[in-house]
Amino acid sequence: MHFLKLILRNTLRHKLRTGLTVLGLVVAILAFGLLRTVVDAWYAGAEGASSTRLVTRNSISLVFPLPINYQERIRRISGVTGISHASWFGGVYVMEKNFFPQFAVDPKTYFELYPEYLIPPGDMKAFRTDRKGCVIGRKLATTYGFKVGDTIPLRGTIYPGTWSFTVRAIYDGAEAGTDTSQFFFHWDYLNETMKKAATRRTDWVGVYVIQIADPDRAAEISTEVDAIFRNSLAETLTETEKAFQLGFVSMTEAIVVAIRIVSFVVIFIILAVMANTMAMTARERISEYATLKALGFGPRFLTGLIYGESIAISLAGALIGIALTFPVADRFSKQMGTLFPVFGVSLDTVYMQIAAATAVGLVAATLPAARVARVSIVEGLRSIG
Amino acid sequence: MSIPLSYTLRNLAARKLTTVLTAGGMALVVFVFATVLMLEEGLRKTLVETGSPDNVVITRRSAGTEVQSQVDREQAAIVENQPEVAYGMTGTRLASKETIVLISLPKRGSDKASNVLIRGVGQKGIELRPQVHIAEGRMFRPGSTEIIAGKSVAERYTGAGVGETLRFGQREWTVVGVMDAGKTGFDSEIWGDVDQLMQAFRRPAYSSVILKLNDPAMFPELKARLENDPRLTVEAKQESVFYAEQSQLLANFIRYLGMILSIIFSVGAIIGAMITMYASVANRTTEIGTLRALGFRRNNILSAFLVEALMLGAAGGITGLILASFMQLLTISTMNWQSFSELAFSFTLNAEIIFKSFGFALIMGFAGGFLPAAKASRLAIVDALRAA
Repeated sequence: MHFLKLILRNTLRHKLRTGLTVLGLVVAILAFGLLRTVVDAWYAGAEGASSTRLVTRNSISLVFPLPINYQERIRRISGVTGISHASWFGGVYVMEKNFFPQFAVDPKTYFELYPEYLIPPGDMKAFRTDRKGCVIGRKLATTYGFKVGDTIPLRGTIYPGTWSFTVRAIYDGAEAGTDTSQFFFHWDYLNETMKKAATRRTDWVGVYVIQIADPDRAAEISTEVDAIFRNSLAETLTETEKAFQLGFVSMTEAIVVAIRIVSFVVIFIILAVMANTMAMTARERISEYATLKALGFGPRFLTGLIYGESIAISLAGALIGIALTFPVADRFSKQMGTLFPVFGVSLDTVYMQIAAATAVGLVAATLPAARVARVSIVEGLRSIG
Repeated sequence: MSIPLSYTLRNLAARKLTTVLTAGGMALVVFVFATVLMLEEGLRKTLVETGSPDNVVITRRSAGTEVQSQVDREQAAIVENQPEVAYGMTGTRLASKETIVLISLPKRGSDKASNVLIRGVGQKGIELRPQVHIAEGRMFRPGSTEIIAGKSVAERYTGAGVGETLRFGQREWTVVGVMDAGKTGFDSEIWGDVDQLMQAFRRPAYSSVILKLNDPAMFPELKARLENDPRLTVEAKQESVFYAEQSQLLANFIRYLGMILSIIFSVGAIIGAMITMYASVANRTTEIGTLRALGFRRNNILSAFLVEALMLGAAGGITGLILASFMQLLTISTMNWQSFSELAFSFTLNAEIIFKSFGFALIMGFAGGFLPAAKASRLAIVDALRAA
């Protein structure tokens, strides 16, 4: 009890120094938490992927489409319980920076494959019956203030012209990790318009999404799909939805790696600050520690004091930092809008923050504690700090 | 008379651990700051130098990138025969009708796939880009299934080295050469014969047309004529502007993320400097009193402590820059969101970045040292001398 009291008293002796150190820790732990959350957001698409969905794309690259007649041929494969398709539209809403993903989908089958998109049945019906209608996610709706019945104009970059859509439904995510920043509309609308404008570009879809009953057969069914279309004009590449999403992440892997490295750099910066604080504290109190030694307290007691003080300060900083991470992340997520569809602080991030702070506390105390344990009573009493 | 610099230097040397830790913290912040600037500069340099101001890129209106663009044969022919287009040595127009396709290729070693841009170029394609040289092997023969790969593509992708083959569009393509484009965007591309590639990918139309102008000053006139021609649905851009726009999204992302991080991190380092300087003032209260009693003025004391803090900043700045300069050895490759293809670029250090980073380090030192120095200068002589 006295031991803890002594530690607490020690931390409060230099209020300004302790205060500054804690402030530094708060900033560092907060920054660390936010950076980890940004990395998590990068992987959100892959995390939200279902193991019973496969994605088939053109083997040359995603830019190349697949013919619509592949749909029925894939459906016949045993183990396939559902199939739908999606085509990337790539439209611009007013300005280039207002980015959100838009897909032309089959309104009947697509949402059956994605039960995590929750749509009120009445709105769903309204969407299905309006060929120029669209379904948008909750996050997209709040970012731009879209309501059911609004008209959204998009300037096509892949499909020329200005397209306008009426919001018929807004979907919510079944889980926190569901991407609700997307925009879906009728593939028929796209296809019929292309029939008038550019006949060669009709009856193509971007990717097929395949529902399978048994996730263990994913590899086998993927191979089977690709085998059917080998040596055709549009060869396919089928992979699990997770692998498909991770493919996107790996293309920007360098950025993810950079953010990860930087998130550790901030911990090293604060480690330097914390170690400095502890070194100064121990140096100033060396004669005190010598007195304690002369009174018969062993080196274990003294090192305990130093480690205790260091960890007390770093954990205090960590707790405030973690408490601030949540509101700041929330604010950041609102600012970024649809750029980060899913942005939430995970429990793992909190554990990482606590672990980082504890490590900083321990490492910062190592050198001073070793020195104090080693110093002889005479030498310590003589020192003037 | 001011307090000699050696006094300040000795103070820093007296507590080595503290000095090293404080300067080390700042060095890390400077390292992050400089690295981000270097990355942005590298990206900018790569893409800006890809385009030349005398060349014009013609794409379909509002396509934004060459990959999304389509220019059909009829329109390409009209564009190519505009009077502003320069003539080459052989009396033909200096224009290249090109097709751009993205293919997904596995990387050497990891087998992870990424998008690579394949450019089908016309006869004049290489002449229009003076920065491109064949570094190894030879140029592809027109009308054959031969291709040449950019230097960074040849290094990083399976099957893209000289003598190797790639399979796409139902054909085998032999890599016969490696081009060195002087670290521009073309290093991340594969080139082949435009007609062969169009057939392989079953494309009826070109993606873009590249023109060389007789005189860059003619560009506004050409642009106005092409964009108002009712037969055409194209957009004309100077090649340098076109490539600068391609990098905007990624460059902005790097810049904003980097600046926000540097500022947040610098708070940590400034606090470190502040703690050190406050301790430095507290330990030397008697000394300050003595100096004042000897006749040094308040502003002498202020500047002595500020100089000490600036020295800490400078030490951090130099260390950080030395660390950052090693980053020049690295090449980073990531997907450019706008063109959806992979782009390799390196960290580039220049005088401006050195200047900015060092300035940033000094600002951190100043910010950390100002309050403690002010405190020291305000001490009353009697109180200071009395302090134990």
